[in-house]
Amino acid sequence: MTTVQDLPQVRGVKNIPVQEGYTSGHRTCQGCESALVMRLMIKAAGPRTIVVGSTGCMYVANTTYYSTPWVVPWMHTQLGSSGSAATGTAAGLASQMRKGKMKNEPINVIAFCGDGGGADMGLSAVSAALQHDEYNLLILMYDNESYANTDIQVSGSSPWGANSTFSPPGKLHNIMNKRWKKNTAPMLAAGHPNCRYVATACGSYGLDFTNKIRRALTIGGPTFIHSIDPCPKGWDYDPKYSHELGMLAVETGIWVQYEIVDGEVILNGPTKAIANGIRKRKPVEDYLMRQGRFAHFTPDDLKMFQAKIDESWEKWWIPGIVPFHPESEA
Amino acid sequence: MTIAPAQAELYREEKEELISGSEAIGIACALADVDVITAYPIRPYDTVMQYVSKLKADGVFDCDFIVAESEHSQFEIVKHASAVGARTFCGSSGVGWFYAFEAIAVTAGLRLPVVAMVGNRALDDPGAFGVEHNDALAVRDLGWMLYWVATAQEALDMALLAYKVAEDSRVFLPFALSCDGSFLTHSQAIVNVPTFEQVKQFLPDYDRGKLQLHPDNPITIAPQVNEDWLMEIRRQSDEAMRRSTNVIKEAYEEFKATFGRGDPSPFIEEYMTEDAEIMLVGMGTLALPARVAVRRMREQGKKVGFLRIKFFRPFASEEIQEALSKCKAVAVIDRDYSYGSPANGGVLFNEVRSAMYPATNHPHILNFIAGLGGREVLVRDINEIVDTTQRAIDTGKIEEETTWIAVRE
Repeated sequence: MTTVQDLPQVRGVKNIPVQEGYTSGHRTCQGCESALVMRLMIKAAGPRTIVVGSTGCMYVANTTYYSTPWVVPWMHTQLGSSGSAATGTAAGLASQMRKGKMKNEPINVIAFCGDGGGADMGLSAVSAALQHDEYNLLILMYDNESYANTDIQVSGSSPWGANSTFSPPGKLHNIMNKRWKKNTAPMLAAGHPNCRYVATACGSYGLDFTNKIRRALTIGGPTFIHSIDPCPKGWDYDPKYSHELGMLAVETGIWVQYEIVDGEVILNGPTKAIANGIRKRKPVEDYLMRQGRFAHFTPDDLKMFQAKIDESWEKWWIPGIVPFHPESEA
Repeated sequence: MTIAPAQAELYREEKEELISGSEAIGIACALADVDVITAYPIRPYDTVMQYVSKLKADGVFDCDFIVAESEHSQFEIVKHASAVGARTFCGSSGVGWFYAFEAIAVTAGLRLPVVAMVGNRALDDPGAFGVEHNDALAVRDLGWMLYWVATAQEALDMALLAYKVAEDSRVFLPFALSCDGSFLTHSQAIVNVPTFEQVKQFLPDYDRGKLQLHPDNPITIAPQVNEDWLMEIRRQSDEAMRRSTNVIKEAYEEFKATFGRGDPSPFIEEYMTEDAEIMLVGMGTLALPARVAVRRMREQGKKVGFLRIKFFRPFASEEIQEALSKCKAVAVIDRDYSYGSPANGGVLFNEVRSAMYPATNHPHILNFIAGLGGREVLVRDINEIVDTTQRAIDTGKIEEETTWIAVRE
């Protein structure tokens, strides 16, 4: 295995690196949280990094010929290929370095994908990438809970009931998306016991986000981060509330912030406070009713959603993370 | 650059080995010191990967050998390894090749010199392991160079040539070595294996130059171009494919000078074509029964010759025109089909007929679909083809443009 860079944990928000790797030149929407995720990601990783981006908003809206925002080397990969792109890039570097065809130095390899690319189409390639212990790489799944680049279509990572162009409420069916959101990060952590680092993240917590990227890049081997990215266009809210919605997702217990480091589950921020009983979960209504995509919800729909979230906190083996529980003794 | 000592030792001296076409390509990979190889099982191509994995396990081939979780990932992995400057190899067969189709298309679009082996196989459904050429032919419009191999020796030789041509910065296009399933992939023959030193002399290191993705060269690859630029970029790929013709000629001359073997032309092979009135045309291992049949017919005084098309892309229109315009009738034997195409003929037939349109002398051109799904093409099948073609010469007209050979009606 090639060595990793020295990227110490950042203590305090003022110590987040000033140097930008993702600058002007993109044309993401106002209030796009995924753009912030890209910016924080590359700030944390630094200039000796290769970024590979699969098809999605962060390809199409970011990289237009002649006006790339990327200061670091960047390459497009296909929608379902973030895992293979990371593996191929890391293998190409490792092989040439080992054989003396390229200067031997640690170079970060990050591949990002949206929820469509990662949790749906590219899941098998992400899974395969997480099995190759010999390659240092990070796969970052920025989850805006829909195929947001192609006009907001429902994905396997969309919340139950969300209005999208493939799941519009109608006269007969008020709820068209009857699938519950995929539990991607725990699925990958549980399914790849050798993978040393899997985390969830949210751009609303910038310092936490930065340090998660750094931990993923320095622990060694393949790693995975799943971030929740409020999307003004797809979620239908005023762009100025992106940060607030990210925080509400955590505070309502719908989104759970944690790291799984060498098999140890570490809860972060408000999630930890909720789990320890220091904070109470806010009602899901506070989060859902701020977004147009849930405007068609009936009181029963809200009740059902709340019950599912309650269940995930009260019945799951690890609250909000592992959706099984031990055989009951009764 | 350092070659693993055991790898250098294994190929220190020229030797002859009894090996299959797949093994020959595996050895070529070790000789070319390929950096990243990706595998996924599907018959018949996967024999090459079985051989490569054993070379790696035995410590005589230092490469990153990755068993992918699908053909799509197989081709995506080498695509990205190639972008950071690694020499790469992969391959597939039949529907596996189609599963990777998206990655295969973008590899050409990105001008990455990936070398792949296609163990030609019928497309499912219904399932069949045997050879058909439709799998590899499907990429004919995308910017892949396509070569049809006839012998194990040629498989090794052309794998080396493939890297030389694909990695030439005037070309930078991927290269597929099409190998007939079973007849080539699994059939053994005596192969002359060159030394590392010879190969090193012939094949320089892959240098991606200013297109290499690396922190020292922070470029952005494949941003959205849309209607503003795509046409110009397509045109550049077109120019690269046009340039490949001369690069192939140069490389082939150098190959012959280094290794002391080869045909007069890299694009076509002519067998007993001098004064031929009927010319058979085909690709791949069809050459074997075709040559035998031609030899026997010549003994009977029949003026028959065989033209083997080696490069399907780039298609050597001028050389093919020249070779075919001297005869009275041409019989194109397709190991493929193209339902609903002109004359309901095969892909090769339609390409040959199109290439012949500007020729001043027009022989009759007939099409024969044969050997699908791995069915053997026998000498008697070739005799039937020649008889039918002779009838066209005698009567001055073509009864049927396309005839299926040895098929139960």
